Amino acid sequence: MEYFLQQLINGLTLGSIYGLIAIGYTMVYGIIGMINFAHGDIFMVGSFIAMMMIVALGLTASAGLAFLLLALVLVLIVAMVFASVWGWTVERLAYRPLRGSFRLAPLITAIGMSIVLQNFVQVTQGARVKPLPPIVTGGFTLVTGVNGHNAVQISTMQIVIIVTTFLLMTGFSLLISKTRLGRSQRACEQDSKMAALLGVNVDRTISLTFVMGAALAAVAGLMFLLYYGVIDFYIGFLAGVKAFTAAVLGGIGSLPGAMLGGLLIGLIETFWSGYFSVEYKDVAAFSILVIVLIFMPSGLLGRPEVEKV
Amino acid sequence: MADPQASASSNHGAGEQVELENLRSGLSGEPPAISPRRGGAKSQLSASLVDAVVAGALAAALGFFFIGLRSDIAPGGLALTQRWGALVIAVAIVFVGRLLLNLFVYKRRRSAPPKARAPKATTSRGETYARFSKAIAPVLLLVALAFPFLMIWGAPQQSRQYIDLSILILTYVMLGWGLNIVVGLAGLLDLGYVAFYAVGAYSFALLAKYLGLGFWTCLPLAGILAACWGMILGFPVLRLRGDYLAIVTLAFGEIIRVILLNWSNFTGGPNGISGVPKPTLFGYEFKSGAGGVADLLGIHYSPIQRFIFLYYIILVLALLTNFVTLRLRRLPIGRAWEALREDEIACRSLGINTTNTKLTAFATGAMFGGFAGSFFATRQGFISPESFTFLESAIILAIVVLGGLGSQIGVVIASVVMIGGIELLRNLTFLKAIFGPDFDPTQYRMLIFGLAMVVIMVWKPRGLVSSRSPTAIYKRKTRIGADMVAQGEGH
Repeated sequence: MEYFLQQLINGLTLGSIYGLIAIGYTMVYGIIGMINFAHGDIFMVGSFIAMMMIVALGLTASAGLAFLLLALVLVLIVAMVFASVWGWTVERLAYRPLRGSFRLAPLITAIGMSIVLQNFVQVTQGARVKPLPPIVTGGFTLVTGVNGHNAVQISTMQIVIIVTTFLLMTGFSLLISKTRLGRSQRACEQDSKMAALLGVNVDRTISLTFVMGAALAAVAGLMFLLYYGVIDFYIGFLAGVKAFTAAVLGGIGSLPGAMLGGLLIGLIETFWSGYFSVEYKDVAAFSILVIVLIFMPSGLLGRPEVEKV
Repeated sequence: MADPQASASSNHGAGEQVELENLRSGLSGEPPAISPRRGGAKSQLSASLVDAVVAGALAAALGFFFIGLRSDIAPGGLALTQRWGALVIAVAIVFVGRLLLNLFVYKRRRSAPPKARAPKATTSRGETYARFSKAIAPVLLLVALAFPFLMIWGAPQQSRQYIDLSILILTYVMLGWGLNIVVGLAGLLDLGYVAFYAVGAYSFALLAKYLGLGFWTCLPLAGILAACWGMILGFPVLRLRGDYLAIVTLAFGEIIRVILLNWSNFTGGPNGISGVPKPTLFGYEFKSGAGGVADLLGIHYSPIQRFIFLYYIILVLALLTNFVTLRLRRLPIGRAWEALREDEIACRSLGINTTNTKLTAFATGAMFGGFAGSFFATRQGFISPESFTFLESAIILAIVVLGGLGSQIGVVIASVVMIGGIELLRNLTFLKAIFGPDFDPTQYRMLIFGLAMVVIMVWKPRGLVSSRSPTAIYKRKTRIGADMVAQGEGH
């Protein structure tokens, strides 16, 4: 039972990171119906920016808690802003010229952009992994086991990740449901032609969608960096594929679905590694995806696609 | 401005997508940077300057962390080195480049309104193209057949390198043609094609390792096994559409790779399988000494003979793929694939069994992937899961789409451009003279590859070869624009 609880906590942490990335996929898919393959690499770019900010500020675990918190918020904001610029630029260069073109063209430019981003970071920052000493340390013991066995612990970092994700998700849902931007975003998602006729600036809304997705990916990047402490130029691919899997599992186009899918993929992976084998955790996650899609072809929370003739 | 009347009055009535493409290029112009003011040359210049400054500022923001700083492992963690000089150079390049583009390339495009597509012009161009392609195909075939000997005769020093490169290109041509059946003809987006390539390669390597079978026995077996895997993948995804299909095929490709990586005592895990046997010519090996092919023919042995043999094997395999595809397109099953691509509902209404149609498309495509895989294994002599990453799937799909979806010759052109071009980048050692001895051109290969994918796609969204000849003929043979495909016109 204790082991189960511990895995649950670890799974929720991992799932939160996947969920944050998955939102970027699902929003872009919802609004222009394309798989933004470069999104995982935007996550990687955000992670690198955060890493360099942390090194530049000289943050270590020995700094005071208040200072550390403020500095991390600054790092987060810088990473979000710069990652957003990257997201905007990718959209502007590779996707906007192909708006309204046939379906596979933006998919290919997205894969191309993913290759470009990975190799750009590899060329400019080197191929070696970047280890970062832990900054947020400490934690709480929830259950004290016998002789140190079967203890359930939650680290401060895990609390930070879960709380931040929860806050961001709440804020983001409010943004989509209450603000003008969210309204035009939903309008473009439902019918972009009609939205354009009614005075919504579709191009700008799409750009903002990319910017929001990139900002959330940058948050995930910082979390990933602080949680695992090691990044390299290739982390974006696997995280991106998992996050996209999460988005599809939850029902692509649906924001709660993306979060649910992210949590599920995180939990499946952690439990599989905990109870069966670490090597086959990806196989487990992908198999669940295939099985879910066989029985629910539009994901868990997705709307079934109605086809008109 | 595109004249809507002209495009509407063309023979077929352009699809909605091409109309959108026209509108976009006609109304907004490719880069929206400068509003089309009529202020004359001066305001044009200032507007271009402003735009270039914006582009430069953007480059500065993008490169601030990545070019301006570099993180390296130092004692006690990471350390940053500053490289502001490089950032300034990069920003200057973007600024000047954007300014020149604005002044000389985009201006012309903007001032001269794009001509409305006259339907006659396209048909005549299509006919010219048809005649051209009819004439060029045998020429290309002859060149391909004579290529190794041309190389030995023309460039004896580098002949081995070039023949090796052309073997690689032909492998991608074959893979492209195989994937073209699934994506181009049946319209099923497959992001995990490399799985079948891997199944083919590992089938051969494992059969050779455990049962001691040779290349020619394993080649058909590998194809059959890959086709079976195609069916196995096909079943669960029958109900899925579009991008759901894409992600499941991607997942399938990753599953196969992870299993190959972790099933160490059967597949060798990350160490792969080495010592895969070489192909023989009717049982005779390509080796020096008695019993080799050279000895049999009474000529001197040279390693290049083996390369030439491999070249002809892959050429024959690729041509077989092409031939089968072209013939299948004229059979009911090929017609059904294309009908499926055009409109699945109409397909079902007309009594076509979409289940069988999809499964055969998957199986046929996978079979050719399997052939190519076992050829890859015999060429390399060593295989490991490293060779079957998602990047390979992406490259194969990129070749198919960049060449022009459904176009056979397009695959060839795209393979030569993308694979050949990338390999040639290895040879750019003269750049060391410009950028100093530390400059390593090979590390920019994939960067340039990715950029090329983006640029070609933005430049020609329908692929390099943008006309198709439908196989179903009513009265006379026609050629249509690639934009008609999947619009209910490309039958």
